[in-house]
Parts: sequence; structure tokens; C-alpha cells
Amino acid sequence: MSANGKPKFAMYWAASCGGCEIAVLNIGEKILDFDANFEVVFWPVAMDAKYKDVEAMPDQSILLTLWNGGIRNKENEEIAHLLRRKSQILVAFGSCATEGCIPGLANFSSTEEIFHAAYDSISSENPEKLRPQYRTQMPEGEISIPEFYPTLRTLDQVVKVDYYMPGCPPESHQIASVIDLVIQVLQGKATLPPAGSVIGAGISTVCDDCPRQRNVKLVKKFTRIQALQNPDPTLCLLEQGVPCNGPATRQGCGALCPQAGAQCIGCYGPAEGVIDYGARLISAFASVIDSTDPDEIEAILDGIPDPAGQFYRFNLAGSLLRAGMKSWSR
Amino acid sequence: MTTEKSENKERIGVYVCHCGSNIAGIVDVQDVAEWAGRDLAERGVVVSRDYKFMCSSLGQELIEKDIQEEGLTRVVVAACSPHLHEATFRTACSRAGLNPYLCELVSIREQVSWVHTDKEAATEKSKAVLSGGVERVIHHEPLEPLHVPIHPATLVVGGGISGIQAALEIADAGFPVYMVEREPSIGGHMAQFDKTFPTLDCSACILTPKMVSVGNHPNINLFTWSEVEKVDGYVGNFTVTIRKKARYIKTELCTGCGICQEKCPKKLIDDVYEAGLGYRKAVYTPFPQAVPKYPVIDRENCTFFQKGTCKVCQKFCPTDAIDFEQEDELITVQVGNIILATGFDLFDPRKVSQYGYGRLANVFSSLEFERLTNAAGPTNGNIVLRDGVTTPRAVGIIHCVGSRDRNFNNYCSVICCMQSLKFAHLVHERTGATVYNFYIDMRTAYKEYDEFYQRILEEGTLFVRGKVAEVTGAARSPGEEGRLIIQVEDTLAGKQRRIPVDMVILSAALQPRYDAKEVAHKFGISCSANGWYIEKHPKLDPVATMTEGIFIAGCVQGPKDIPTSVSQGAAAAARILGRIQQKEIALEPVRASVDQDKCSGCRICNSMCPFNAIIFHEDRMVTEVNPALCQGCGTCIAACPAGAISGTGFSDQQILAQIEGLLMVNFEHARVAELG
Repeated sequence: MSANGKPKFAMYWAASCGGCEIAVLNIGEKILDFDANFEVVFWPVAMDAKYKDVEAMPDQSILLTLWNGGIRNKENEEIAHLLRRKSQILVAFGSCATEGCIPGLANFSSTEEIFHAAYDSISSENPEKLRPQYRTQMPEGEISIPEFYPTLRTLDQVVKVDYYMPGCPPESHQIASVIDLVIQVLQGKATLPPAGSVIGAGISTVCDDCPRQRNVKLVKKFTRIQALQNPDPTLCLLEQGVPCNGPATRQGCGALCPQAGAQCIGCYGPAEGVIDYGARLISAFASVIDSTDPDEIEAILDGIPDPAGQFYRFNLAGSLLRAGMKSWSR
Repeated sequence: MTTEKSENKERIGVYVCHCGSNIAGIVDVQDVAEWAGRDLAERGVVVSRDYKFMCSSLGQELIEKDIQEEGLTRVVVAACSPHLHEATFRTACSRAGLNPYLCELVSIREQVSWVHTDKEAATEKSKAVLSGGVERVIHHEPLEPLHVPIHPATLVVGGGISGIQAALEIADAGFPVYMVEREPSIGGHMAQFDKTFPTLDCSACILTPKMVSVGNHPNINLFTWSEVEKVDGYVGNFTVTIRKKARYIKTELCTGCGICQEKCPKKLIDDVYEAGLGYRKAVYTPFPQAVPKYPVIDRENCTFFQKGTCKVCQKFCPTDAIDFEQEDELITVQVGNIILATGFDLFDPRKVSQYGYGRLANVFSSLEFERLTNAAGPTNGNIVLRDGVTTPRAVGIIHCVGSRDRNFNNYCSVICCMQSLKFAHLVHERTGATVYNFYIDMRTAYKEYDEFYQRILEEGTLFVRGKVAEVTGAARSPGEEGRLIIQVEDTLAGKQRRIPVDMVILSAALQPRYDAKEVAHKFGISCSANGWYIEKHPKLDPVATMTEGIFIAGCVQGPKDIPTSVSQGAAAAARILGRIQQKEIALEPVRASVDQDKCSGCRICNSMCPFNAIIFHEDRMVTEVNPALCQGCGTCIAACPAGAISGTGFSDQQILAQIEGLLMVNFEHARVAELG
């Protein structure tokens, strides 16, 4: 408890885009409840604070830390350990922290390829081809930047995580309900779920919330939704050949994309109990292909031109696969 | 999410089998046993032994004694494949009071000693798979087998010789049989033949008494001109819907006098029984000895049904048995077991276009020739050319048409050599013509078959070893004019030959029925890529299938001759009679189940189940697996994208633990290699 008696709250971003922070602010007037119940002690995107301030706090003094972003470099890792030590409840918040998300797709590339893309490729404005160095001698002495790791790891691959909150970003109503829950726990009106649980989401899949009609599936062709001649707005997208990831994706978003006529891309991650989202989905899609002819099957599969992006867009780092072979070499 | 090694409180016994020298010849079994006792002690291994033959009574007693004296709660046997001895060791555990499903069999024979030559590596691999087994067995749960009662009735699908034999065996034992045959009469292909090899018995003479027995048997309910529409339920308790197609004959009035057939003005080519060589009427019985005796009216070809007038048959029928108003009937029967004896189709020799079938008049298929030789056939048994009168002077018989040919079927059709020899004999006997047999390899295994081959050789049939390149009517010399020329490489003489003949007989391959896959799906069994039904074990369980309660007999399982078809029919019957006598059956409790909370009803699994065990509840939008139908194959578990389906004995937890166990050993090696 702080001087004003309110429990302390921290939020941190590692390798992420910042969308998770916006989602937190997007909870609307709930933020007032939040403010009434918590004292924010550390939140780089919202307030000024230094790492040394956190280091100075007693261990376990922060009640709740929401961590978004994957562990991409040494700084991320150090702060993960620091906040773990200082926090009672550490939540992997959002897809990057729970399963790697888009930054995790870099695990298919070597460090050199990543640097090339960032500093030398056609999209970079870097005529002198400068590359940042970990250590640089300056007149004032040596300065350093954090070391870049060969792979991106999820938060729980580095420190123990108490709860997971999926989504890219987590839906604001889900955030609000989690905050509500914590406040109720503080007031003794509710109990926390078992450690290691996924919070702010359901245990079933997106299909459970999707109003589209579902039948037995027999797919003769996979296609982009834009290429469908007469998309049926009431029929399951997968049945129409659109590779919708809804059947494998955790329930929580309210099936927003399929209702808007776009396939689910899987940002809420694997459903409860699924260990490797991509593998599950690959075997599920393979199961609905309506052919026994190897050549025809081959042709049907050509309708999924980017399997890594289709099946592992959000969870490569958190999958059993974790990374491609290239990332092994520095 | 991180996996931390689970706390283990189990007391595990490890038993490593030598299997004589089968395993011990390649794997240092003693080292494996000592290693497990030492290095896996922290994982719960309290006893670790090696023994010459774990499956022997003494080996099993070792396990039983340890369970009782050491208080083992889990048993791991590193020996052969679970297919062989899982039941043995489970029973041993059971005898000692341990739930049999707490025993894990690790294959270090099929998966290690038999496939490796490097002793050291094989020993290390044995340790790895054993370690996987130990990690896995920790997660085993005690299970109870499912008991289901067996309905005493049996369904036999297919009224060929195999199905007839099966039906008679069961019916004679005093239990009810429903036989379903889609043709108007039972008899199958055997009814089309004149003679059977190697004894040259008259086919009809040995078959028709059995057909009559089926027709008259008080325990056999015969449905001809019928097909199975739907199969529900599971072993012991199938509900079968049979479509009894309209015969347009009142069978209770019909005497089988045949006047309707005689008077019917519509004559058409009989593609089925007469293989296209003869004619039948629109109202017909396929052959005089047909069982049942009642004819059927072929609606597609009947003048009345097609044009609205005729009814000649009705006019002449002395018992008023013709009924144009009849409709298909759906009949539901309860059975405990099912035998599929649906036979084969003949390969269409048109596909081997170079042999000219369908293009050159005097090229005959084997089935056509069977009809030519049949005394009741279209030529009264006279072997003549397509013109119906000319007796051939020279006949060529080509073996392996569509068999043992990468372009068509890789397999050997088994019966063609003997059938071709029979043909040679019949041609020789009835026409005195010169007979050539063109073969790749002569296959005359089984009792008295080779003696028959010797006999045909002595009769003077000429044998040319070589695959025929072409049958042509294009003459190159005056001697060839007007004849069929067989172009062949005589591989024994080492030269090309052109042999002019008047008639060519193509011994065509046996193929799965055109609708074999559809039927397999209907009954929930698996068939090979080309459509032969798959037996449970190719050697030790040849008539059972992976689906409990469904048996196969005869050519539906693969090409075979009459004696083998009959044996299989009898074998399937014996298996079923054993079941019926036991009155109930214990089913393996390895089953898939759906977590209803996790299932979102996406329906991806719904078409997957080869055993039709998946039910979808439209009202609640969830899928369920019927445990009595489920055979635990795991197809739906793999298909479920939500991870809502899991299999007893094969949970993610069990499999991941097993993988981790395997890797614990291998990681050690990788690290050694890295450091070294």
C-alpha cells in the first residue's frame, strides 16, 4: 500500500506496438474507477519514471503489473526480472507478451536478416549504411545499448507469469471486466482465478460467438475473401473457402471480424488447452479439404500462399515451434 | 506456456525383455535395465529388471510378484510392439490387482532392435524410448473396459459363395441371419462359371445346393434385390435399414413358373449375369436356378413403366402375382454383427487398349468366356467366335490383364493363372483348337494346383512367357489375314513373335467393387487406397476389421479363389458365433470425448469419423462422440482446432510427457556432442 492507502499498479511495454496501452485507455470512464482504486507507480507511456525508481521499491510492493510486449533484447529481459521481483501479480497482457504476436514472426529470420531489413533495405533511409553498435566509445566514456537477442521470447519464457490476457490488443470491455474483478477482489467480494489462468477471455473459440451458419465443412478451394464472387454473409466463412482462423482462436473478441465480413486472423490466440495453435489449425484445415487426390489437394493448398502468416501470425514465439532454424544462427 | 516437470508419486516397475536374441542381439538390455534403475529412480522407478522372455509365464510372474511385494503403481515393459503383447502384460497386472491400463508397453524390438545395426546407438535409443514410456505412464489413469451385450442376429451383405457359407454356418448353429443381396438372386460370380479349378467340378452343381439351403433355411431371412441403406449403432447392437427394392411381383403368390419371362416382349442384353453375351427379358430371373425363384421387373426397361402400356406379364400370370403398384420398402433390423462379403468387379479390359477388347470382335473377357463355356449360357457351352457359329482353330489366352501392371493394378489377381489354365483345358477339350497361354510368371500355389498345370502342359497347351505387346487385326503376311495377331516377346526363346489366332481371351484383373469406398464408409470400416477392405491383422486376424462387429470375407478383402473365399466366410462366422455365445463383449476404453464447454460447434470434425461415431447437437451447437461407436482412432482429436476433443490414454499431457522423456535422454547426448 502506498501512502494514500491505494494498491500500486505498473504497466510496461517491451517489444510491442503500443496498441495495448491505447486499449487500456480506451476503457472509457472505467479509468476513473481504476484511478480511484490504484496508484500508478510506473507506466513509461503515461508518466515519467526511471528504472532506478522501480529498483528502489521494496520487493512485492506493486500489486498488479500489466506487461505487454515480447522479450526482444537484454533491456526487456532485465526489466521483466525487475518487475517480476517487485510485483505480486504479473499479467502477460496482450498477444505479444502471451505468445509473441507480430514481432515474434521475426523468429523465422536470422538476426542479420532482421538488421538488413531495418537498416539496409529499400525501405530504410540510411545512405551511410550505419549499423548501431552495442558498445561505442565516446569522449565521455563507453556507452552501450541493450543486446539484441536472436529470437523473441514470450514473457513466460523468461519469468513466471501469474495470468495471461490475450488479444491484439485485448478488447477494452475485457480489460474493464478484469479491472472490475481485481477491484472486487481488493474489496473482498471476489477471489482471484487459479494462478496461470487466462483471464479476460472465454475457453471456447470465436465460432461460439459467431452468428454465421455452420454446417459440415467440405472445402474445394481456399480463397481470399475479396476474390469471392458472391460471399454469403450468413454462412460460415471457412465453408465458403475463406481460411478463417475462428475455429482455433480463443473466444473473447465477440467474433468482431467475421461479423464485419472478414476472416478471423487469430489475435486472441489458442483456445484453452491448445498447445500449438498453428499445428492445430493446420490439421483442422487439412481435415476439411474435400479431396483424396494428391494433386488436387496440392492445388487446394495453393490457396493458402503464406502458411506461416496464416497459421502462426500471432503465436510463433509461444508455439512448440518457437522459431525457425535461421534464427539459430546469429 | 512453460511446462514444469510434474511431481511424481508413483512407484514404477521397469521390465526390459531380451526376446531371446531378437532384442538382446542388438540392444544391451542389461545396461538399459541398470540405467533405468539408477538414472530414472528420481522419476519413480523403484524396480528395474531384464529377463529373457517377459511374455513367458515366468516373466509375467516377475511383474505380478513386484506389484504385490514392491507395491508398484505403474508398470513399463520394454519389449515388442503393443499390438503383440499389450494384452498379455495388462492381464498380468490385472492378476496382481493393478488396473491393467496402468501398464505401458514400450517397443524396443520393432522400433529399435529390428531396425538398427549399431549396438551402442540402439542401446541409447532404447533408453530414450523407455524414458518416454516412464514419463507417459505417470499420467496414465485407471480405466474400465466398456461392456456391451451382443444381439444374436447377424447381417450378411453379399450373397456370393463367401456370404452364403458364412450365413449357413451361423444359421446352422441356430442363430438368425439377415442376408442382403442387391441382385435378384444370390449366387454371385460363382453362379456364372461352368467349371471350377482344379477339379473341374461343375460350378452350379456344387453351388446351387447351398443356395437352396439359404433360401429354405428357417434361420435365414433373405433380402434379394435389396441394399443396405443405413447402418446405425455399434458392435452388439447395430440397427440396419435395408431398402427392399420393388420387385413388382407378389412373392406370396408367385410360383416361379416363368411364364411372365417367356411372354415379356422386351428383350435386352444382360450385362450382369451373361456378361453382355446373352439376353434377358425386362421381367427376369438371372438364371434358372436362381434363389429366390421370384423374378423382378426391371423398371428401367419395362415397356409398361416406360411407355404406359403393355402389361403382357400381368395378362399371362396364372396366379395374379404381378403388381405394378409395388414400392420400395424400408426394413429395419437389429443385428449384433455384420459380415461384408460384397465381392469384386472385373477389371474393364477396354482400358488396355492395345489388346483390342471392345474393338476387335473376337477378343473376349474372362467373364464372357465363362459364359461361353457354360452349358446354360448363351451358346449352350459351345466355344465359338462372336458370330455365334465358327469354332476357333487357335486361341490365345493372355494372363495378367490389368494385374501386376503399374499402369493399372500392381497386385496379382491370384486366380487368373489357374483360371487361364482351366480355359485352356476347356478350349482343348471342346474344340481341339491350338491353345497358347501368354504369362509373365506362372502362379499355381495351393493344393493340387500345380498338378493341374502339369496336366494342361501334357494336354499340349503352348506356353509363351512374355507380356503381350499387342493384339491386332492388321496382317503383315497372307497367313495372318483375317485373324488376330498376338505380338509378344518370348522371353524364354529371346525373340519377338507374331502368333495368329482366331480368339483371344483376356484374363482380367479382379477389382474392388465400383462403390467399395462408399460402402466402406457406410459401414464405418477402412479400405486401402484402391478399395480392398482392410483386415484387422493381415496374418492373425484376417476376417475382422478395425471396427468392432464388422467382419469381411471373400474377395472384398482382396482377390482370392473359391476355397479361400469359403474358408473366410466360415472363419467370419466362427468369430461371430464366439461373440454371440459370450453374450457380451468388453471394449477397449480408449475413446475420444468432447469437452462440451470448449466445443464451439465449428463442425470441422463432423465428417471425419470413419466409424460414424460423431453426433452434432443442432440445438446446443456442440458435437459429441458416441463412446460405443468410437474406436479411439484419434482422427477427430487431430481435426479439432479448439483442442476440445481428447482421447483416453492419448491426452496431450501424456504425449508431451512422453516426448519430454525421450528428449531428456537425447539432450544429454547433444550436450556431450557439443562439449566433445
